[in-house]
Amino acid sequence: MTTLTLSQSKPVERPEIKEKYDHFIGGKWVAPTSGEYFDNISPIDGKVFSKAARGNKQDIELALDAAHAAFPTWSKTSAAQRSKLLNKIADIIEENLEMLARIETIDNGKALRETRAADLPLVIDHFRYFAGVIRADESSISEHDEHTVSIALHEPLGVVGQIIPWNFPLLMATWKMAPALAAGCCAIVKPAEQTPTSIMVLMELIGHVLPPGVLNVVTGFGPEAGKPLASSPRIAKVSFTGETTTGRLIMQYASENLIPVTMELGGKSPNIFMKSVADADDEFFDKAVEGAVMFALNQGEICTCPSRILVHEDIYDVFMERVIARTKAIKMGHPLAEDTMMGAQASNDQYEKILSYIDIGKQEGAEVLCGGDKAELNSGLETGFYIQPTIFKGHNKMRVFQEEIFGPVVSVTTFKTTEEAIAIANDTMYGLGAGLWSRDAHELYQVPRAIQAGRVWVNCYHNYPAHAPFGGYKKSGFGRENHLMMLGHYRQTKNMLISYDKNKLGFF
Amino acid sequence: MSPDKKTFIPRVLITEAAMDTIDTLRKRFGSELMFHQSGGCCDGSSPMCFEKGDFKVGGSDIWLGEVYGCDFFMNSDQFEYWKHTELTLDVTPGRGSSFSIEIPMGIRFMIRSRLFTMEELENLIPTKTGEEVLEEGSIK
Repeated sequence: MTTLTLSQSKPVERPEIKEKYDHFIGGKWVAPTSGEYFDNISPIDGKVFSKAARGNKQDIELALDAAHAAFPTWSKTSAAQRSKLLNKIADIIEENLEMLARIETIDNGKALRETRAADLPLVIDHFRYFAGVIRADESSISEHDEHTVSIALHEPLGVVGQIIPWNFPLLMATWKMAPALAAGCCAIVKPAEQTPTSIMVLMELIGHVLPPGVLNVVTGFGPEAGKPLASSPRIAKVSFTGETTTGRLIMQYASENLIPVTMELGGKSPNIFMKSVADADDEFFDKAVEGAVMFALNQGEICTCPSRILVHEDIYDVFMERVIARTKAIKMGHPLAEDTMMGAQASNDQYEKILSYIDIGKQEGAEVLCGGDKAELNSGLETGFYIQPTIFKGHNKMRVFQEEIFGPVVSVTTFKTTEEAIAIANDTMYGLGAGLWSRDAHELYQVPRAIQAGRVWVNCYHNYPAHAPFGGYKKSGFGRENHLMMLGHYRQTKNMLISYDKNKLGFF
Repeated sequence: MSPDKKTFIPRVLITEAAMDTIDTLRKRFGSELMFHQSGGCCDGSSPMCFEKGDFKVGGSDIWLGEVYGCDFFMNSDQFEYWKHTELTLDVTPGRGSSFSIEIPMGIRFMIRSRLFTMEELENLIPTKTGEEVLEEGSIK
């Protein structure tokens, strides 16, 4: 294939990034006990741009020591004070948004316009949201009878382990850190191997805000640092975002320690376009077309990627013609260039995996409507991990319709009736996200209710407000993230059952 | 031909590079290995390698066969969508995440797929559940 010659604005300047980063444990920068560091490769050009500490069991134990030392005080710190510190963190991130956005782009490979407009603003807002909700949060009390009162009081779980994915390194870390800290827990965070740097730059900015030991970040490889964290008898909970096998393994460890877990394990989200979408060629139709092309947001590396388009057969031609044209208009290029719309896949193995799925899609007889190959870009990006946004047409039993490719690949199929649309939508192991597009007021309520997924976007897609609960049905996991209900995932209930009756029961 | 003498077609093949990686890991860990095919987010859809027995399989897992001496499993509902494809265990440079034990080497096991022909589909190695495998103690 030919190499694309880029004609675009110049990439913005790279912020200063240290040659290597240590762990952040107990409020200090701590060198790995092994003395070893591993390379962090930028997906932009496949080149090493920093090193991360290679954490192991000893490092995790140090973090556990620090977190347990901090917990007695932090858990009793007033909501007002915890809120103030979370707000301070948000303010610092806001002041450094541009720098952090650039580093996130270098670490993950996603386009700068996304880190600037989505990742970092959402990080800031999530800290502010949880700073806010704990000021209004209350426990409950009930009078069972005139002498008996039950108080259900929230208490933080303790020291929690949080394993972060690489698709939104700072935002997914924030989804876990902000509610845990708000709830009064201390956290040990293990970032993904692919993206260990941006969170350390964040810790350089906010590390001093919190008391030592409240928030600890240990980098390293899953089997060396993630496993001792997830299997430690010294943690009160594990929160994990990732894939099903590791999810099961973490639950296996949790079963040995009898602790709760939260699992967010991905999906194969249907995006349903009802017949009424094409009733007019207006703003709404245009919005729906964009909604279908949302599969390419973040290079498709989103658990809720709308990777299955289900479109009514009567509007297939008119709708898909527009979707294909819009997909072809996606400007690929240097992720740090301001006019780039889609950047690089996060790592070489992901890149290879996505290409292997494009291959099996073709073998299974899916028709390539656009894309269908790697994207070979020039201007220094030859060694980066770029894939063309790809649309397959096929049927729901094909593997490209059933497996999470985690790349800019969408598979489209048609339906005749609402019942068929719902049946196809639910014919999947997963149930994380879904989209429903319609002008029909009845469908807007009834169809989302029939879809087995934890989040159904109705006439929109890919919004992630802190104020809306997010999580999976079926094999997509359990537990929720975001929303004040998240506090409940980091707390347990102390029930004080009080008798104000001076008289004995009379049993003995 | 009696059923026990029938030559079955394997469901999982392996490349030389993957065999070399397994040899290295066996030496490093001093134990036999196993694979469980993952699904879902992030590093999902990649095969995960563990020391044999570290990942607990059960009745909801399917044993697809042995590849280079390692048991290869997949969850049964995922297998429903994969069973018509031949899998080849390969390895690629890359910094994957997950608890798969090859990750510190800077490489990642991956799966390449091919559709079985109709003829092949009738002669594939019979599968077992993870529970059956555990009950047998060893696979042969």
